[in-house]
Amino acid sequence: MTLDASAPSADLGAPIPRTSGLRMIGWNWLGVTPFFLFAFLFLIGPVLYLVAGAFQNAEGAFTFDNIIALGSPNIVASFSLSIRLSLLSALMGAVAGLLLGHAVILGGLPVWVRNAFTTFSGVASNFAGVPLAFAFIATLGRLGLVTVLLRDLFGFNLYATGFNLFSFVGLSIVYLYFQLPLMFLIIAPALDGLKTEWREAAEILGASRRQYWQMVGLPVLTPTILGCFLLLFANAFGTLATVYALMGSGFDVVPIVLFQQIRGNVLYNPNLGYALALGMVAIMGVSNTLYLILRNRAERWQK
Amino acid sequence: MKKRFPFAAVLMALFGASFFIVPLIATFYFSLKMTRGELGFAAYASVFNSADFLNTILYSTIASLIAILIGAIIIVPTAYWVRLKVPKLRPVVEFISLLPLIVPPVVLVFGYIRLFGSNSWLPLTASTFGTDVLLVVGYVVLSMPYMFRAVDNGMAAIDISTLTEAAESLGASRLRTITTVIFPNVRAAIISGAFLTFSISVGEFVLASLLNRPAFGPYLVQLGQDRAYEPAALAIMSFGFIWGCMVLMQMFATRKPGQRWLLRLTTRPAQRARP
Repeated sequence: MTLDASAPSADLGAPIPRTSGLRMIGWNWLGVTPFFLFAFLFLIGPVLYLVAGAFQNAEGAFTFDNIIALGSPNIVASFSLSIRLSLLSALMGAVAGLLLGHAVILGGLPVWVRNAFTTFSGVASNFAGVPLAFAFIATLGRLGLVTVLLRDLFGFNLYATGFNLFSFVGLSIVYLYFQLPLMFLIIAPALDGLKTEWREAAEILGASRRQYWQMVGLPVLTPTILGCFLLLFANAFGTLATVYALMGSGFDVVPIVLFQQIRGNVLYNPNLGYALALGMVAIMGVSNTLYLILRNRAERWQK
Repeated sequence: MKKRFPFAAVLMALFGASFFIVPLIATFYFSLKMTRGELGFAAYASVFNSADFLNTILYSTIASLIAILIGAIIIVPTAYWVRLKVPKLRPVVEFISLLPLIVPPVVLVFGYIRLFGSNSWLPLTASTFGTDVLLVVGYVVLSMPYMFRAVDNGMAAIDISTLTEAAESLGASRLRTITTVIFPNVRAAIISGAFLTFSISVGEFVLASLLNRPAFGPYLVQLGQDRAYEPAALAIMSFGFIWGCMVLMQMFATRKPGQRWLLRLTTRPAQRARP
């Protein structure tokens, strides 16, 4: 690790002393050294350490055992739970955000409605973590206001229908509170990018509203929607504090398992913990990279 | 298409608005019910009278402020230098600054605990001070994507190379150029990034909990397990706090260099109107 951290400064330390022009290059590199040093020490170094540990056994010898151990039933179960929860909440967020965006931006509502939603979404997309869990306990928990109102005013017992805030479905509704506004914010520019000329052209050619969306609107939007979906997926996948505050440590999504492992080695194998971390980073990395690729593709239409 | 009343759109907007607002109303109402049989601010009073609340919020505020300061000291010169001298490195710096979005906090802190553990080459977790340092450093890392983007946007809005040349031809040293010319011009951008960082790190739970620091996030979780009404009060307050941070962030992000401060508060230019 020491080698890693000092590598960039070693590069700069040896500028070829020939002309003043080349010495400038040496100086120029020096200007970004603090940033690279910091990043290597506190971001890249720690992650590389975990990645290296994922391929070692307790004695430090190279092995694939930890990666293979990721296939054990309880770990597969938590990855599956995490992925299913993230998929469901991303799907709900994407569909609801798209519908809301369509209504507010293209639906012929006054501009102040859109501004209000934009401002609110900026706040709500950051309102995650512990306070969000508290808010939903006060709303849809067993003694939450909405639960109690439904029972007292309409005689409707929400919890008798099988609904439970502290469950898979309940959690995905809580996630929707930050996923929906995030989707609204990132889909808005794409909806703005749908040119009026396209709709007019389609109308002149005799297309119905439905045909316009089927053949022009949605195909143009598809890369953006898919990209946003992946971003929401990654957003949900990395969420820990909200789950922990709502469910305690009993709900085995991957971040919670890793959290428990760091606290008390519940997997009885530190190197398996490294492999778990590697798995998380891999999933986050793939979905974010695909998001960036899809975003670049979508920007074709926005020129 | 004939203009008709946008019935479906209104319905959808109302539905969205109520999904956003009902939990807030419910939480607020719940937070007022602490004293049996009447509505009042007892839960809020109870929160503010708690020494733990004041201590943890103070600790988290200080940690976040230091993180913002360090973040600015690292990011501003880097963004400046990359734009001015080494544009080739720009994709690399940008990629690194975005990495924290891919590395979840729980993984980052796991790496810290192992790499800087008590019998490692740099045993930061062995002392209280070292652990505080790690927490602050972690917040700096988590804020890098937002800080870099805010500062880089700020730099894009001003003509850095002309400003630098002007400063240099007047005989200013490099350090002086950065501190008295560049920095004041991107101050609004830095502050804008700072408010976002602040809103993220004050209530942060994972790093603080796993590094075992007396921060606000772990206190919140503990409170949620022990009490009923105070958590609701805190949820409302933190929503208000995040709202405040976002408004200030937006204000500073759209502020042009040299623009007067007070004018901004009274007459606000219309937000991005639809083209």
